[in-house]
Amino acid sequence: MPPPILELSGIRKRFGSAEALNGVDFSLARGEVHALLGENGAGKSTLMHIAYGMLTPDAGSIRVGGSGVRFRSPRQAIALGIGMVHQHFTTVGPMTVEENLWLAAGRRAPWTAGRVAGLERLYEGISPTARVEELSVAVKQRLEIVKALAADARVLLLDEPTAVLAPPEVDDLLTVLRIFAEQGGAVALITHKLREVFAAADRVTVLRQGAVTLRGLRQDLTEEGLARAMIGADPLERVVGDEPPRRGRSGSADEPGILVRGPGFAIRGGEVVGLAAVEGNGQRAWLRVIAGVEPGSGVKVTGPVAFIPEDRTTEGLIPAFSLTENVALGLRDDPRWARGPWLYWPAVSSRTAELIAGFDIRASGPDAPASSLSGGNQQKLVFARALELRPRVLVAENPTRGLDVHATAEVHRRLRETAREGSAVVLYSADLDEVLTLADRVFVMYRGVVQEARAGASRDEIGRMMLGLFGDSTG
Amino acid sequence: MSRSILFSRTLQSPVFAAAVAAALGLAVLAIGLAAAGYDPASALGALWRGAFGSWYAFTSATLVRATPLIVLGIGFALAMQAGALNIGAEGQFYAGAIAATWVALHVGGVPGVVAIPAVLAAGAVAGALWILGPVVLRLRFGVLEVISTLLLNFVAEALVSLMVQGPLQEAKHIYPQSDPIPTSARLPLMPGTRLHVGLLLAVGLGAAAWVVLRRTRWGFALRAAGAGPRAAQVIGRIRVPRTLATGLLISGSLAGLGGAIEITGVTYALFQNLSPGYGFQAIAVALLARLNPLGVVAAGLLFGALEAGAGGMQREAGVPAVAVDVVQAVVIVVTLLSVAASSARAAAAAPEAT
Repeated sequence: MPPPILELSGIRKRFGSAEALNGVDFSLARGEVHALLGENGAGKSTLMHIAYGMLTPDAGSIRVGGSGVRFRSPRQAIALGIGMVHQHFTTVGPMTVEENLWLAAGRRAPWTAGRVAGLERLYEGISPTARVEELSVAVKQRLEIVKALAADARVLLLDEPTAVLAPPEVDDLLTVLRIFAEQGGAVALITHKLREVFAAADRVTVLRQGAVTLRGLRQDLTEEGLARAMIGADPLERVVGDEPPRRGRSGSADEPGILVRGPGFAIRGGEVVGLAAVEGNGQRAWLRVIAGVEPGSGVKVTGPVAFIPEDRTTEGLIPAFSLTENVALGLRDDPRWARGPWLYWPAVSSRTAELIAGFDIRASGPDAPASSLSGGNQQKLVFARALELRPRVLVAENPTRGLDVHATAEVHRRLRETAREGSAVVLYSADLDEVLTLADRVFVMYRGVVQEARAGASRDEIGRMMLGLFGDSTG
Repeated sequence: MSRSILFSRTLQSPVFAAAVAAALGLAVLAIGLAAAGYDPASALGALWRGAFGSWYAFTSATLVRATPLIVLGIGFALAMQAGALNIGAEGQFYAGAIAATWVALHVGGVPGVVAIPAVLAAGAVAGALWILGPVVLRLRFGVLEVISTLLLNFVAEALVSLMVQGPLQEAKHIYPQSDPIPTSARLPLMPGTRLHVGLLLAVGLGAAAWVVLRRTRWGFALRAAGAGPRAAQVIGRIRVPRTLATGLLISGSLAGLGGAIEITGVTYALFQNLSPGYGFQAIAVALLARLNPLGVVAAGLLFGALEAGAGGMQREAGVPAVAVDVVQAVVIVVTLLSVAASSARAAAAAPEAT
């Protein structure tokens, strides 16, 4: 193996009382794709932020090309050829592609500066004078890499770059990363999807609670071994509930028990309908129309609807409000506490205390601000409140985004349970595997049109439908 | 352990923070006075006597000055709780004052029980009308109310000039002010003082606003719309724009009411520079009170005392009255810092998003 181009050793980092990294070694060699695997909160992002100079380690050393460095800002890392693709886009929407690249490179260079042989596909279909906010999500993601290249990056650190992409786009991205490595670059790829590890990585390092639990070459590793290293025990009960999904039952619109009826679809009580779609194909509006949050025509919903929005901290909860106030927000008209113009807070508060106990929400009490909860506990609160409405229809939008394995399993269990009790559950997830795991039937949305995937459709077939490639299904 | 928790709770409590802010403000003033060659002890003594030195000073200076600050401060707090920044209380105050004067000058023969409510209502309506433009601009075109309400302040001041040199000028057309309003339209005074019943109204409004915000469904919707507009709309099914508009209209009407109270309780006539900047001081009052209407009453009394004391300091110690602006400035800065610090603490306590 060639000498490492980037080497982190004995890295420690502490945030307040929480130890984020506890003596982690990580290295990158020219020509390799090194996957960094771990649950949310395992310290992957923290480690990469240290490698990129965004954070300074409490202890440990960083060597680039063999010589020790002490980063005080990303500027120094960029000067040494390190580029980072963050979880969120870091482009300036109203500015053009070219201007964004100038911003990244720190100079006015031709927009294809730093182009790597074999990576022409990165630039395909992008106009340098297009405004970035008008580009599709996949193109914006490519632009992040182009930006790093424009600053002459030889090392790419990517923080969950595939979260927003459809399966074929993920494959494209992984191919790009392989070529970049083969041309002499080095890639660190943060992910928690094992499939991507086996598709693209040469080496794998697994982090758990701030420490390395597994390290090795891809060919020496198994899925089970990786999963165990990630979650510290045998993989969880496969997250599928006790009942396997009953995929393929078709719904005819005149059948009784239909709770949601709209153009081209009908959803019955007792089933989980999964929606698969690439970001920006109208699923946001579709879900919100069913949930009754946005006006829309042609959709008829029977019974009370509860909505679990994707963004917990801006749409699901008011972080500055207490748990009690957040419960009241979703149940403003509940006769237990809403009488005439008055709101009886003691009643809300005692019900909130019951929900905290019943859903095992870790909080100091009903008066704690929602911002003091972890993401998983915030989501439990959102669920508790949604189920308190006794919904006939439950609409969930990316309900496990940002949650760790345990919290995710909990959310999956709640969704199945709600369906089992006779309500209709509509689930959208950007993670196709999650949709396939939970859904009895799968709808695919492309450019605002919903189509049901045929019974027994394969992952690839659904992936193609998500990109609008109907008809050529090979199953 | 429990003692240290108690201590840190105390440190974080808004009341404690406000007290620290006020004390720091006075300390900075004392240092400034010493640096400028005044005797801080005697100047601050004069400040104290001007505000609290006698029953007359307390009622006729402190409480009279506090009244408009409380009314306007409640208005600012309500709008901000709803998520809007009404920087135009000054203008709405003048609009209310103009309307109140006009109505008062036309109710000569009417008994006070009818005349006074009519005059006050006219002020409130005028204040609401003055903010209606910014509300429509905000909802229709997304024009920020911070800018539109601020700019309308200048328009209102110009309108007062126009009125006192035109339609509302006193009968002899010599001075730029209105005729005095008839006795029947004047607010009752506490005997032996210049304190009018407007103070009771202000305190009552503070209590009412607190009850509405904290105990009613509508008040909760208003706070939710301000604290988390998207969650309010998506989860609370609250019509956020409408709630925002209502908050701003109430805010404007309170400022207008403040103008009417000033005319009917203090000056009995309209003239230019009627307000020494109540609309802006009220913002500081509301911020110091952390937008809590009951806190606004207390903070209004503090600022009223400072203003009254400033007069005493000028008369007795020869210190320019504007010196107390230092205290107010320090109070605002310290309050904003402590708000920023507590939200930073909340952010630090929140789980790290990975």
